[in-house]
Amino acid sequence: MRLEIRAAGFGGQGIIRAGLMLATAACIYGDKNAVETQSYGPESRGGACKSEVVISDKEIDFPKVSKPDILIAMSQEAYNQYAHTLKQGGTLLLDSDMVLKQKKNLDIQVFEIPATKIAEKLKNTIVANVVMLGAFTSITNLVEVEAIKKSILDNVPKKTGKLNLAAFEKGYDYGKLLKKKKR
Amino acid sequence: MTQERTVLTGKHFMQGDIACAEGAIAAGCRFFAGYPITPATEIAERMARRLPEVDGVYVQMEDELGSMAAVIGASYAGVKSMTATSGPGFSLMQENIGLAVMTETPCVVVNIMRGGPSTGQPTKPGQQDVMQARWGSHGDYEIIALAPSSVQEMFDLTIEAFNLSEIYRVPVFVLADEIVGHMWERVTIPSENAIKRVNRKRPRTLPEKYVPFLPDRDLVPPMASFGEGYRFYATGLTHDETGHPRTDTAKAQQELVQRLCDKIRKNREKIVRVSANMLEDAEVMVVAYGTTSRSAMSAVREAREKGFKAGLLRLITLWPFPDKEIAELAKRVRAIVVPEMNCGQIVREVERAAKETSVIFMPKLGEEPHRPVEILDAIQRGSYK
Amino acid sequence: MSEDSHPFERFLRDGMMPHIWCEGCGNGIILNCFVRALKDIEIDVNKVVVVSGIGCIGRLSGYTNTDSYHTTHGRAIAFATGAKLANPELKTVVISGDGDLFAIGGNHFIHAARRNVDIQVICANNFNYGMTGGQYGPTTPLKAWTTTTPYGNIEHPFNLVHLAAASGAVYVARWTTLHVRRLTESIKKVLQKEGFSFIEVITPCPEIYGRRNKMATGIEMMNWFKTAAEIRNASDPAEAEISPEKIVVGEFIDAEKPTYDHLLREMMKQVQERIRGEK
Repeated sequence: MRLEIRAAGFGGQGIIRAGLMLATAACIYGDKNAVETQSYGPESRGGACKSEVVISDKEIDFPKVSKPDILIAMSQEAYNQYAHTLKQGGTLLLDSDMVLKQKKNLDIQVFEIPATKIAEKLKNTIVANVVMLGAFTSITNLVEVEAIKKSILDNVPKKTGKLNLAAFEKGYDYGKLLKKKKR
Repeated sequence: MTQERTVLTGKHFMQGDIACAEGAIAAGCRFFAGYPITPATEIAERMARRLPEVDGVYVQMEDELGSMAAVIGASYAGVKSMTATSGPGFSLMQENIGLAVMTETPCVVVNIMRGGPSTGQPTKPGQQDVMQARWGSHGDYEIIALAPSSVQEMFDLTIEAFNLSEIYRVPVFVLADEIVGHMWERVTIPSENAIKRVNRKRPRTLPEKYVPFLPDRDLVPPMASFGEGYRFYATGLTHDETGHPRTDTAKAQQELVQRLCDKIRKNREKIVRVSANMLEDAEVMVVAYGTTSRSAMSAVREAREKGFKAGLLRLITLWPFPDKEIAELAKRVRAIVVPEMNCGQIVREVERAAKETSVIFMPKLGEEPHRPVEILDAIQRGSYK
Repeated sequence: MSEDSHPFERFLRDGMMPHIWCEGCGNGIILNCFVRALKDIEIDVNKVVVVSGIGCIGRLSGYTNTDSYHTTHGRAIAFATGAKLANPELKTVVISGDGDLFAIGGNHFIHAARRNVDIQVICANNFNYGMTGGQYGPTTPLKAWTTTTPYGNIEHPFNLVHLAAASGAVYVARWTTLHVRRLTESIKKVLQKEGFSFIEVITPCPEIYGRRNKMATGIEMMNWFKTAAEIRNASDPAEAEISPEKIVVGEFIDAEKPTYDHLLREMMKQVQERIRGEK
């Protein structure tokens, strides 16, 4: 099994960090192999930013994503650029506060998560990435909850651990609800 | 006192650049001089944090000219030393890379290759400096360059680079592309005792008898450090075994420059490393290195599934070039496919080694590495040759 | 030591003699003052590293019987920075020329001074690139004649002592090769001082520079130093002019400031103590 996940948005949203959290959960706290690669412009804030994670139970040769199974879109630009690259029947998670216009006739499953609003309620929009990761976890069942929690804590400053776990839980619950509705 | 901090034994999810820094520290590197440059900055940042913990020195120099000079100075003071850079900085370092070659200085230079020429695309990958690594400084010389293709190899081959530089008293390059440098992957770091470290040969004579550039049978002279009482002189001028300049005799130039080349050429069997994959019965051989070799590996597996007899020769050592290994395999295959993230560099060397066997070159410029399907297509074309 | 041997014999690498310098050149005086200083202060010569760049004076590192290294053009200070930081026990002395240190190597000079790396720099200023046949350089006086200023120099020269002081050097002096006693005293001082120290030595280059500028012999150039030199210790280096009429010399700055080396070792110690505390 080789799964390709692409997360995209703009610099400063924690896109690369979210990819790292996911990959760490899969290959350090889980029993799979994972590779994260990234792409960004010379700007550290605001420019287009993309994180790609490949998860597999075999050795991973080609480290990049060619046709993602799952796309996380955190900006309108990211949606416009990548929504159509998803595999047929692939899963799209989008931040509904950032992606306002969607294309029609795409053969994909769309989950709309108001990640930025949820993060705002936690008084810190910087954790929108972790809200998305929470939703990702409940929607995809790809990684164990405990594994991803551990890897979140590995990847954030100690004093923000609680805030990040709260963001994860909110996103997780939201994702769970969405999934129920889809059924 | 800081023993357990020197080797971070265990499993880590790590970035290539960081694994490189950890490999250096594990190899015994205790001096880093550099200048910030994308996409190698993470190595400097890691070294700045880590070296003081293990009693090592990090210094940020005013430019890459100075960085390379400081690395040579530290090595002559007896400390394993390195720098890390990318294309534009690598260009500036060429001057003192030549000095390091001429004064036989063990040191490691990491080049995380981005898109060039000039400032090019700082955050995008390239394999465009592989010929510069071979021929970048003026004059004749032989050099060693290793090309990691995974985060694990960023760790392992950085250690290897230090060991080779200490054995042959020559600068050794770690030539990684931006993807390998910035990629995150699992790394297994062995225990302190399991890490093989080689130190330069030390003089076996009294200081007054020490002849600083008198080689042993392996063509490498033992090396004293500053401050030990050997009171020796080293110069970038052509010199004799005593280290004294000999700028006016052909003999001195012939002897020195020939030995600088020969100490690598005659030891090539001990240096050159390749990884052969599914080549036993292969009809088409892909020759690749760095990230490109991973695209190639995927392509080879797919080709096999489709019934094409393909194999991959992954180059771990780029310089000295594995020409004998390629020549041997070239006799047995119909075609050789060479994908590279440049307009054609290593492919020239492959063609030289392959002689009559046809070579299909696949250039690639820009953000993405070769997609496996592109290489697969070339393998299929090669099968009908 | 036998009676007929030179008193400095043990400080010189005899296999390297005869030296390459021209008749009337002042580099030999600088070498003499340097080894005299080594001898006078009874320094552990095994810990002294002499580093030089390219040019006539660059050969000096080969002549001193110390650990020594002859770098590429302009990189002596950067090399010395690496050696000194890697082994703090070393006394790293850079002896090089004005073109080497201030044209091609100018960036290394100002940054090493700014960091206050514990390096002692002695600059032989002969106003031109002697080894390549007398081209103008960063210290060539306005209107002077050189092979690349066939119509007279139209560039303003650096005031090296002012530059060194502004860059942060903790010791700054200028002497001519006529001031052998004072020069030797300055060298002795910096060999025992910590921090980035700078001594400019105005030195005659009659063969290459002097004869194009109406001073064809060493004697004539030394006569210029003799009539023009004016000792002004502790004066403002910004005012230290060099002109046909006046060469201001002296010890301009002798200050104390934490060295880079010291701050580095302090930081390393703190980091390591913190780690021990964490256990």
